[in-house]
Amino acid sequence: MQNSSPVADDRHHKLAPHRVLVSRKNAGRALVVLASAGFLLVLLIQILHSIGATTAGYTDWRPVLYAYLLWAIAFGIGQVTIRGERGQRALFLFPAVFFTVAVVIFPTLFGIYIASLDWNLSSFEGPHFNGLNNLIGLFHDDYYWNALRNMIFYTLAVLGEYAIAFGLALLLNAEIRARRLFRVVFLLPLMLSPVAVSWMIGKSLMEYRFGPAATLARDLGWDNPAFFAFPWVARLSIEAMDAWVSIPFIMIMLLAGLQAMSKEVLEAAKVDGASGWQSFWHVTFPLMLPVSVTVLIIRIIFKLKLADIVINVTAGGPGGATDTVSSFIYRVYRDRSNVGYGTALAMFYLLLIIAFLTVLLRLSKRWTQKVA
Amino acid sequence: MPKGVALLAIFTRASQPVRKHHAATRATRILSRLLIYGALLFWAFVCLFPIYWTVTTSFKSALDVTQGHLIPWLDFQPDWKGWRSIGLSPDSILGTSTARAEFVSRFENSIITSVGASVLALVLGSLAAYGLSRFRCRFGWMRNDDILFFFMSQLILPPVVLALPFLVLYKALALLDTRLGLILLYTLTVLPIVIWIMRDQFNSIPVELDEAAFVDGLSIWGAFIRIVLPLAVPGMVAAFILSLVLCWNEYFFAALLTSTDAKTLPVMVASQTGSQGINWWSMAALSTAAIAPLVIVGILLERYIVSGLTTGAGK
Repeated sequence: MQNSSPVADDRHHKLAPHRVLVSRKNAGRALVVLASAGFLLVLLIQILHSIGATTAGYTDWRPVLYAYLLWAIAFGIGQVTIRGERGQRALFLFPAVFFTVAVVIFPTLFGIYIASLDWNLSSFEGPHFNGLNNLIGLFHDDYYWNALRNMIFYTLAVLGEYAIAFGLALLLNAEIRARRLFRVVFLLPLMLSPVAVSWMIGKSLMEYRFGPAATLARDLGWDNPAFFAFPWVARLSIEAMDAWVSIPFIMIMLLAGLQAMSKEVLEAAKVDGASGWQSFWHVTFPLMLPVSVTVLIIRIIFKLKLADIVINVTAGGPGGATDTVSSFIYRVYRDRSNVGYGTALAMFYLLLIIAFLTVLLRLSKRWTQKVA
Repeated sequence: MPKGVALLAIFTRASQPVRKHHAATRATRILSRLLIYGALLFWAFVCLFPIYWTVTTSFKSALDVTQGHLIPWLDFQPDWKGWRSIGLSPDSILGTSTARAEFVSRFENSIITSVGASVLALVLGSLAAYGLSRFRCRFGWMRNDDILFFFMSQLILPPVVLALPFLVLYKALALLDTRLGLILLYTLTVLPIVIWIMRDQFNSIPVELDEAAFVDGLSIWGAFIRIVLPLAVPGMVAAFILSLVLCWNEYFFAALLTSTDAKTLPVMVASQTGSQGINWWSMAALSTAAIAPLVIVGILLERYIVSGLTTGAGK
């Protein structure tokens, strides 16, 4: 992403002139054609079977999957025989590309189709097409917009997580004893499953009656330590849990950046009489900017998927105050079985994310160039 | 040196001037040390207390929970109560227990799906990353950077977008509620991260090594497998652990796509949380058992996670 420099030209191997025999080329082409024909045949049989045109066919679509796999293998072999060494190089990328196309592109397109259906699993009538009605309904859905507004809060909170993580990274980078021990301890929350965390912290530590956090809050003078009863308190509690799990990731990335920084620059700043704060603000922080931008963007991407903790601790409550888009759509699926509408919400959310991240990437690129 | 700023000077590893030995500087030095260790200990407490709380709660009885007892033996008498309820305490481990049978099967599912997906992602991702790091590739108008962006862009897909299409497709493919189905989906979610880490790892290995291997008569694949791959092991370990963490903890897809056979641990934990009542000891035991494998992995292999991410962030 941001920090990956474009591959310099001299990294690439020069192509050795290999001549591929014409007969081998033809054999390779024949293989690819044959495999494609076979795959299409299986697909055709299954389509005809499923729409009821023919009786011959398979009980499920699994054979199509196998046919796709065989086709991909045959295509790879074909490439090597047709294009020789070029084919061997392409072979490195094929598995990942074919895999991604099969499990992302196709389901996403299928999702767009589902999004245009009026499809409720609990109703007796099956799916039927209703065009843009889902999209229009979405604009009148207050809960959805409420969830989107909450996402703005959660996304902005990433800056707070970043500030804490930066502080921790600086602490770990200072000359301290038992650095390894502290690093392991600070990393531990990253390992824990959000679902377990939502019980460990949300449902037991912050439990109203006898959770230690509630007891502590009472001792500190908060008479009614209900962490999930008031909108803002609940939102902050959810955010605190998510931050607890994810700060280690930001911290480790920043620590790696700090350790890669050359010490000479800081020494030079010191010689020039810069105070600690000045050398942080004018040297360390600008040098860390590329790493910071990368880690912030990754963190925001993950934040936009936030769901597990909300689903398991508050289920969106009180009154939708903690809802994220993902947890809201989860409830649309789970509780209302409203498949078509839920998918339309998800697709619209995807468009918003893409637009937002495109702007963010542009801005961050411009900003890092200006400062650095 | 101004007082409040001394702290940051130490953060940034500036060495103290040797000649200054005034009492004032000594005082600020000690103060800043105190602040640093205070902050470190505070955050260590923040990180460890929830884990400590969960582990100890699994040994508590109802009374100890409600009275907020914290320290075993001093405050309360530890008891295997929580572990007995999932059939894992010393006295119940040999007997038959339906709770344990369920736990073990969920545990098995979690291990198989997360390890399977991580291995698959590592294989696909390493190959693609090597291709992107070493060769100039073209798919139509797409160059190396475009292809990398294509892979990385999968990261932004929120699970909700894919969940329903997959529900419908998996039903048609008879992959619903199977481990294979989850493995395929999890591979997809971690593949971008693996490619990202591995590409930086391969970029940090000098290309001259490959060329030397070609001179020695190795083919492209021979050079990759016998020369480059062994050098990329640290990055592979880091990518593997990160994938493992993400897959082991994944909840959303597992909750929607599994029902009986392929249910994973997070789904089991979540379904138990839903039931009300103060059955805290068994929840605590279950949570402890669910997080224990990764906590152990994290403690043992922490070095690799940091070093693997370092090659990524260092550039």
